[in-house]
Amino acid sequence: MFSKILIANRGEIACRVIQTAHRMGIRCVAVYSEADRNARHVAMADEAFLLGPAPSSESYLRADRIIEICKESGAQAVHPGYGFLSENTEFAEALAANGITFIGPPASAIAAMGSKSAAKAIMEKANVPLVPGYHGDDQSPELLKAEAEKCGFPLLLKAIAGGGGKGMRVVNGLDEFDAALSAAQREAQNAFGNPDMLIERYLTKPRHVEIQVFCDSQGNGVYLAERDCSVQRRHQKVIEEAPAPGLSEETRVAMGEAAVAAAKAIDYVGAGTVEFLYDEDGSFYFMEMNTRLQVEHPVTEMITGQDLVEWQLRIADGEALPLQQAQIKIRGHALEARIYAEDPDNDFLPVTGNLRYLRTPDENAHVRVDTGVIEGDEVSVYYDPMIAKLIVWDENREQALNRLVHALESYRIGGMTTNIRFLRQVADSQPFRQEELDTGFIDKHSDLLFKRGNADIQSQLALATCFALENERSDNLVKGDPYSPFNKQNSWRLNATYARPITWVVGDETHQVSIIEENDCYEITVDDATFKVSATLNDDHLHAVVNGHRISVHGFMNDTELTLFREGDQFKAMQFRPTFDDNEGAAGGSLTAPMNGAIVAVLVEKGQAVKEGDALVIMEAMKMEHSISAPHDGVVEDIFFAEGEQVAEGAALVAVSNEED
Amino acid sequence: MSVIQSKVNTRAEDYLARQELMEQAVKDLREKVGVIEQGGGPSYQERHTSRGKLLPRDRINTLIDPGSAFLELSQMAAYKVYEDVIPAAGIITGIGRVSGQECMIIANDATVKGGTYYPLTVKKHLRAQEIAEQNHLPCIYLVDSGGANLPQQDDVFPDRDHFGRIFFNQARMSSKGIPQIAVVMGLCTAGGAYVPAMADESIIVRNQGTIFLAGPPLVKAATGEVVSAEDLGGADVHCKVSGVADHYAENDQHALQIARTVVSNLNRKKPLDLDVKAPQAPRYPADELYGIVGTDLKKPFDVREVIARIVDDSQFDEFKKNYGTTLVTGFAHIYGYPVGIIANNGILFSESAQKGAHFIELCCQRKIPLLFLQNITGFMVGQKYESEGIAKHGAKLVTAVACAEVPKLTVLIGGSFGAGNYGMCGRAYSPNFLWMWPNARISVMGGEQAAGVMATVTRDGKERRGESWSEAEEAEFKQPIIDTYEHQGHPYYASARLWDDGVIDPAQTREVIGMGLSAALNKPVGETRFGVFRM
Repeated sequence: MFSKILIANRGEIACRVIQTAHRMGIRCVAVYSEADRNARHVAMADEAFLLGPAPSSESYLRADRIIEICKESGAQAVHPGYGFLSENTEFAEALAANGITFIGPPASAIAAMGSKSAAKAIMEKANVPLVPGYHGDDQSPELLKAEAEKCGFPLLLKAIAGGGGKGMRVVNGLDEFDAALSAAQREAQNAFGNPDMLIERYLTKPRHVEIQVFCDSQGNGVYLAERDCSVQRRHQKVIEEAPAPGLSEETRVAMGEAAVAAAKAIDYVGAGTVEFLYDEDGSFYFMEMNTRLQVEHPVTEMITGQDLVEWQLRIADGEALPLQQAQIKIRGHALEARIYAEDPDNDFLPVTGNLRYLRTPDENAHVRVDTGVIEGDEVSVYYDPMIAKLIVWDENREQALNRLVHALESYRIGGMTTNIRFLRQVADSQPFRQEELDTGFIDKHSDLLFKRGNADIQSQLALATCFALENERSDNLVKGDPYSPFNKQNSWRLNATYARPITWVVGDETHQVSIIEENDCYEITVDDATFKVSATLNDDHLHAVVNGHRISVHGFMNDTELTLFREGDQFKAMQFRPTFDDNEGAAGGSLTAPMNGAIVAVLVEKGQAVKEGDALVIMEAMKMEHSISAPHDGVVEDIFFAEGEQVAEGAALVAVSNEED
Repeated sequence: MSVIQSKVNTRAEDYLARQELMEQAVKDLREKVGVIEQGGGPSYQERHTSRGKLLPRDRINTLIDPGSAFLELSQMAAYKVYEDVIPAAGIITGIGRVSGQECMIIANDATVKGGTYYPLTVKKHLRAQEIAEQNHLPCIYLVDSGGANLPQQDDVFPDRDHFGRIFFNQARMSSKGIPQIAVVMGLCTAGGAYVPAMADESIIVRNQGTIFLAGPPLVKAATGEVVSAEDLGGADVHCKVSGVADHYAENDQHALQIARTVVSNLNRKKPLDLDVKAPQAPRYPADELYGIVGTDLKKPFDVREVIARIVDDSQFDEFKKNYGTTLVTGFAHIYGYPVGIIANNGILFSESAQKGAHFIELCCQRKIPLLFLQNITGFMVGQKYESEGIAKHGAKLVTAVACAEVPKLTVLIGGSFGAGNYGMCGRAYSPNFLWMWPNARISVMGGEQAAGVMATVTRDGKERRGESWSEAEEAEFKQPIIDTYEHQGHPYYASARLWDDGVIDPAQTREVIGMGLSAALNKPVGETRFGVFRM
């Protein structure tokens, strides 16, 4: 067995691999970018090397640098994780050339599966079922139309060079075909410079079911059951589970054998995943093969009791498969939810920021959290915004689902928007519980899953107010005099009652709240509703009795922004405090970045005279452009960033003098 | 530690009767304070806020830490003193926490006669400064005043404790390291200009605050120069040209935020050198004080019942419990601070006076703050007592009280008459704070006694002249005297004239004392050196 390996990855998968390697007594070398200096995977490894600046192209994709580090550190093998260099033929070849083991398939197998159409041709030869259709080189419209008739409707026209839905058309009948073809070709030409099309049967209620396969270098192959990854949004998996609900044992065996056949067809070695489309009628068709460990591999581990990373390491070291097919048993049901820094209610736009508050569910035999971050870490624009994978296991699907919902409710992240609430909605929705799965699940049930305004905002604000007050109190002890009655923070007044005002901003709305405190009990008036609240706060956990109803919530206060977590739901409110520019009245003023982002254009030069409202700099943040314009007439005194540079929220971008001075 | 076992029957008829009367007195107090809080009234307030200015109480609420208590002083100042109604004497003073630091806040109320200084405005301002100096509290002046009230100038300007003393105090406090911070939020004319000018740091609000020795009308009269107030002494002039002010604020909110920042940079730490412990609420509800004490000074009560409703966990370790029993002395904690309590439980005799002096010596030796609960008709009179030297024993108590350097807090919970007032740390003995309950009365002697003394003298004269004086005539003679004493001994009368630091709701006594102690402990407790005790 190897004594030292290098993990050419970051985040949760790097941590995951290190964990198993350490258990097996293997030393681990981590690599990191400048953005990941203090990352968890770096801390977990036995040693770590800097790759370069934050962008992947200058760090985690630097194959040459990684090979250098292998030599320098004496690492005998490289685990690529997923993404980055995990399916890069050149990298696998370069490692082999340098006598370093690639913990993955041979370069030839990666190459064989790299092109979708070539992969399908290989599979066809190996008798792996394919979606009826046409993948030929002859692109004459007549032939395509004939093939379309052969395939049957509805069908899908897809650009061979395609991706991202461009150059793709659903065709419901022969009469639509000509128009759809020319439109799709035009789009494909524009997007990829290649109008070539393939034709596939369009499945109306397809499920994404994939088989985990493993092959050793002795030519043996096994499958470790399947995973259902049907709940997807824009081709990204959201919740995965194993085994696939409702899949018969015969189908499982048929799919498993087809998958092993597929792997053997390309002389596969190591862990791979064969993805199938599975239709209502029990038929299944090969989609593609991923020649790496999948993000969702833990659900397979949970139901088989195997450590797939250990399998990878043993096989890469030349050992035979640890188990024969007949020895592989599945037990219970596992689900995985991917926790992302993204805003499901805003088209799943990725978000960035600091994980200022991070509480994970307790881990045990039923609940597993795979993560690469700790509280205080940044989720940056450079990498995938996945924060963690939450994996649960139980004897059956229903119990596992209950565990998932409960674990999601106790997974609390403050400081940025996440998809936790959305995941909980999916997991707890009737259709999901009733196994009504298909890849269109999210679109079909969007009304159940997405947020529709804040229900009962007044009582939420009463709780928010209570949390803020209790939090303020615990924050506010006078140094050296712990018991002064001035510490009580109860707005005490002599011979009078003071109704303390607080202004909350929720979304675009402003709410006035007033608080009267008497005998350690709050009377909180929100707009026109009054609540009697008593509460105790332990760290982040608020126990409140609101008008006699006992409620337990968690909260996180980040300066003026409060996030309340209650039964998996998040409520955000901002305490309004006026802010003032302390440079007002002084000469000039600086213009600051409204959020983290990159400078895409600098429109002015130093010394240039500008008029109020003139655009000075354009920033890109959250995939949107923001223009920073002059607040008054004046002269540009300084520009602090150049085009292409990253800026942090609040950074001064430009200084413009005050013309009056 | 021993716990006071209350023997009060809260269902007894006389208890309920007393409770009702005290409740009425407290209700009356709160109503009056409610009116006073409206300052110059709705129309003046509206005019004030329409200029973008915050009302003085809102300024204070914004200045102090969110949720901080505010211990307002002398709410009843100038109540029914002048022909004009001058709520709170046109100036709001009190102690609140700013950036974690207890501060004395002095805020002019421009809605009351333009914030001009009446004699009692000056007195209240000076008293607040005196408290600040005695307790080492940073001062924050929220200035918005037209200066001296000109028709009253003879009672405002010339004397030692008049307007000029404000700046004297600022200079002296600054020299002692007690920070002086001024926020100019309105007019700051003539003498008033020295408040920011004498301050350690000052803040001025654009288009609102002005600082000048003479305003535009006076300048025009004197030199013929025509200039606007803003150009003469506005924020731009003083922050950019003259340097009279240090910080430039967009508006009131901004100015107060700057003031908070200024305080956060004071680098002060409370020199707490006492053995404090975690506070515990008293075992009995504070509002039972209403029914225990009532409003009839002739009805005696055991002062231990009062102590039981003020001190932590109602724990009270008595000193010399069985000696000089008309004065109760002992140790307790209030909000965790150790205190020595001296409380009247009847008339003062030689033994009780000596016991009190002894106890004060103990507290000074141990640097324990003193709390005086006054309910005293005076020292015992008569031949027996004079001949045993009650005067010199009383003098021992007065000497001890006068010289004690520990924080002294006095609450008048009943009568405060004659030399009893001195021995129990009345105003003349410079307690750090002195408060009155609404049922309390203060005068050289009780109205009945005074009327009795004067009736006796009158009757003696008449009898010498052979004139007769019927019982009815005597009663008629006595009534106006009794009425005058009642009127002048009333807490509102006293508080209006700043003989105390405020009339307080008995149910808030524990909080008030706790805050008073907290404030007093900003100054290190000093060493006491007593004068000669006549033995």
